[in-house]
Amino acid sequence: MTESNNKWEYAPSLESTSHIQLKERYDLFIDGKWVKPSDNRYFSSINPATEEKIAEIAWASDADVDLAVKAARKAYTEVWSVMKPSERAKYIFRIARLMQEKARELAVIETLDGGKPIRESRDIDIPLACNHFFYYAGWADKLQDAFPQRNIQSLGVAGQIIPWNFPLLMAAWKIAPALAAGNTVVLKPAESTSLTALKLAEIIEASGLPAGVVNIVTGHGDTGAAIVNHPDIDKIAFTGSTSVGKLIQKAVAGTAKKVSLELGGKSANIVLEDAPIDQAVEGIVNGIFFNQGHVCCAGSRLYVQESIADEVVRKLKQRMESLYLGNPLDKNTDIGAINSKEQLQTIEKYVEIGKKEGADMYQVTCELPAKGFYCRPTIFTNVAQSSVIAQEEIFGPVLTVQTFRTIDEVIQKANNSPYGLAAGVWTDKGSRIFNLTSKLRAGVVWANTYNKFDPASPFGGYKESGFGREGGLHGLEAYLK
Amino acid sequence: MNILKTYKIYIGGQFPRTESGRTYVVKNSSGDPIANVCQSSKKDIRNAVQAARKAFGTWSERSAFNRGQILYRMAEMLDGRKAQFIEELMQQGSSADAAAQEIERSIDRIVYYAGWCDKYQQLLSAVNPVNSSHFNFSVSESTGVVGIVADEASSLIGIISQLMPVIAGGNTAVLIASESLPLCSISFAEVLETSDLPAGVVNILTGSADEMLPTLAEHMDVNALFLSNASKEMVKSTQLAAVDNLKRVLVLNEDWTDESAQGIRFISCFQEIKTTWHPIEQIGGATSTY
Repeated sequence: MTESNNKWEYAPSLESTSHIQLKERYDLFIDGKWVKPSDNRYFSSINPATEEKIAEIAWASDADVDLAVKAARKAYTEVWSVMKPSERAKYIFRIARLMQEKARELAVIETLDGGKPIRESRDIDIPLACNHFFYYAGWADKLQDAFPQRNIQSLGVAGQIIPWNFPLLMAAWKIAPALAAGNTVVLKPAESTSLTALKLAEIIEASGLPAGVVNIVTGHGDTGAAIVNHPDIDKIAFTGSTSVGKLIQKAVAGTAKKVSLELGGKSANIVLEDAPIDQAVEGIVNGIFFNQGHVCCAGSRLYVQESIADEVVRKLKQRMESLYLGNPLDKNTDIGAINSKEQLQTIEKYVEIGKKEGADMYQVTCELPAKGFYCRPTIFTNVAQSSVIAQEEIFGPVLTVQTFRTIDEVIQKANNSPYGLAAGVWTDKGSRIFNLTSKLRAGVVWANTYNKFDPASPFGGYKESGFGREGGLHGLEAYLK
Repeated sequence: MNILKTYKIYIGGQFPRTESGRTYVVKNSSGDPIANVCQSSKKDIRNAVQAARKAFGTWSERSAFNRGQILYRMAEMLDGRKAQFIEELMQQGSSADAAAQEIERSIDRIVYYAGWCDKYQQLLSAVNPVNSSHFNFSVSESTGVVGIVADEASSLIGIISQLMPVIAGGNTAVLIASESLPLCSISFAEVLETSDLPAGVVNILTGSADEMLPTLAEHMDVNALFLSNASKEMVKSTQLAAVDNLKRVLVLNEDWTDESAQGIRFISCFQEIKTTWHPIEQIGGATSTY
């Protein structure tokens, strides 16, 4: 070391934004055209890392949603449902290819709009989104092979509402299987992250996909409600909070709408005493701090076997101190910006609750950028199973740590949650993995890994984490009769 | 003088009377009373859910082969008591031919689902070719406690058709029998009781669905509901009551007497798909090209 201080700072390595093309104002994408919102309302999309405005986004009203549904219905009846399935496949393949070509631009916009580290949007979100289209494209002309015991039929018009944590990836999870199965789509992105869905609309426009097959309507909750309540929609697919999921279930009760819900979670990440500890610590960090903890399947409840708890917590704190928090466009950044001011306030509220409940808090000591919405990676130890912070979904970089002695005890604690989305298990013993993975009531279980996703891998929850699967063969089921 | 049978209810492998102490009279088509049947209460529903929850762990973790053996045993036991069921069906208005046909179809349907117990998993599961070094697979697992409202128009075949795919799939059940045609439900409970079925896997209550269903539909320890040929109002109120813990609600309008009203599609409605990821170690140098 040449200098006397022993801080090892990385030189900033900023991703270029010079090549991205963004309009100042985005209209609605309905029936293959860009349409102004009927009551001429727009809202701002801001960069959560700088609090600067990026673009104005159209706010769709009931009338606009109705227009989109009519376009989708017409496209369904006249074009998409009667098209030869192999031709449908080719359109979807083409969308996948165009997305791949624009992958870097999409990644930069995703990071600007949502605050996630460029490393994640570039290496995870965007490639997975492209691959999702590519995967489902190939199913379009093999649906009968997928379900040989059934007479396969598409549903009609799908209304799809997606969250802000993986904006383009969630759009892909929704649109690709719907199109492959022969449905048409009205999709509403989350209000804080509409941009990549609108860029996808541009790609769809360029792909020559028949007008009305995919319609993108931006807006707030009322736009979503207009989709849910529209009488000519056959299918509602929603990813988001459990509370909104329940509102949707209430709204569609007594109707013929088919629903799939991918909702919240409070997933247990379980470390047994024979686990490779350094690897497990990496997995804990990835489980809870990936995408600032804005992950429905985040490993937000850590259960460590008592005999190794001190060592795991010590190493975890050490590892947390090496996380690089800051500008999401910096390729060194591990922890980017919290998606919105509202979400930051929610997270801070839970941190206060945790302190009041008497748990011991540890936050990394790094400095926070002067502007933008940031939250230090946080863990709570000495947490009771009944604590609010161990029961409710925080959707931020906040981890609760609890200990256990026996396998029976940890299975009970892990399953003691209204949610059942995901779980992680860390151990060296194969038979023990299978014991735990089969007893955890959760839709996705990672053994000695965490937060892995793939187009071929079905994703979705048990219990109040929702129903229906996205991804893989099982993901087709949600879009077929 | 005929001895009129007392029809009790079936909870946790026992045949208690309803805790409410109420009964109602079931009449035949000419208006003569044929039996006193329990008018079960909300409290009976809660007791039945508790029994079903308690039985879920052992039943869902039984080997699939063993579940198949038990279902097949049910078919054998029902076959041995055909005469009683034919008599009950005729008492409730069936012709002799229709009653004989219904019992035959019921037995066949149980045998059919007995065969599914260790097979549906292979059709519902998958190994998923992920784009990374992981072994990734999805398997089906039982949803949990399923509340069933039996088809009001059917005394036996409806119960069999709704119950069998649920328990073949490792779930446990609380069933509300047809209010107007309840006789076979309790006699069928006697078949279950002599078929090595663990206590609590199936619980059967007689009485008014209008009275009991709201409690079942909003019960936080019930995971799914299964209605058959229910009124629009009942469907909607059930779906609303089911929201609080996001129960899966299956509403079907099948004619259960139809030979084709059976299949894996009824089993898969009460299955959850679990996907598991296992890393595959990659060691340089060792390749399979030999």
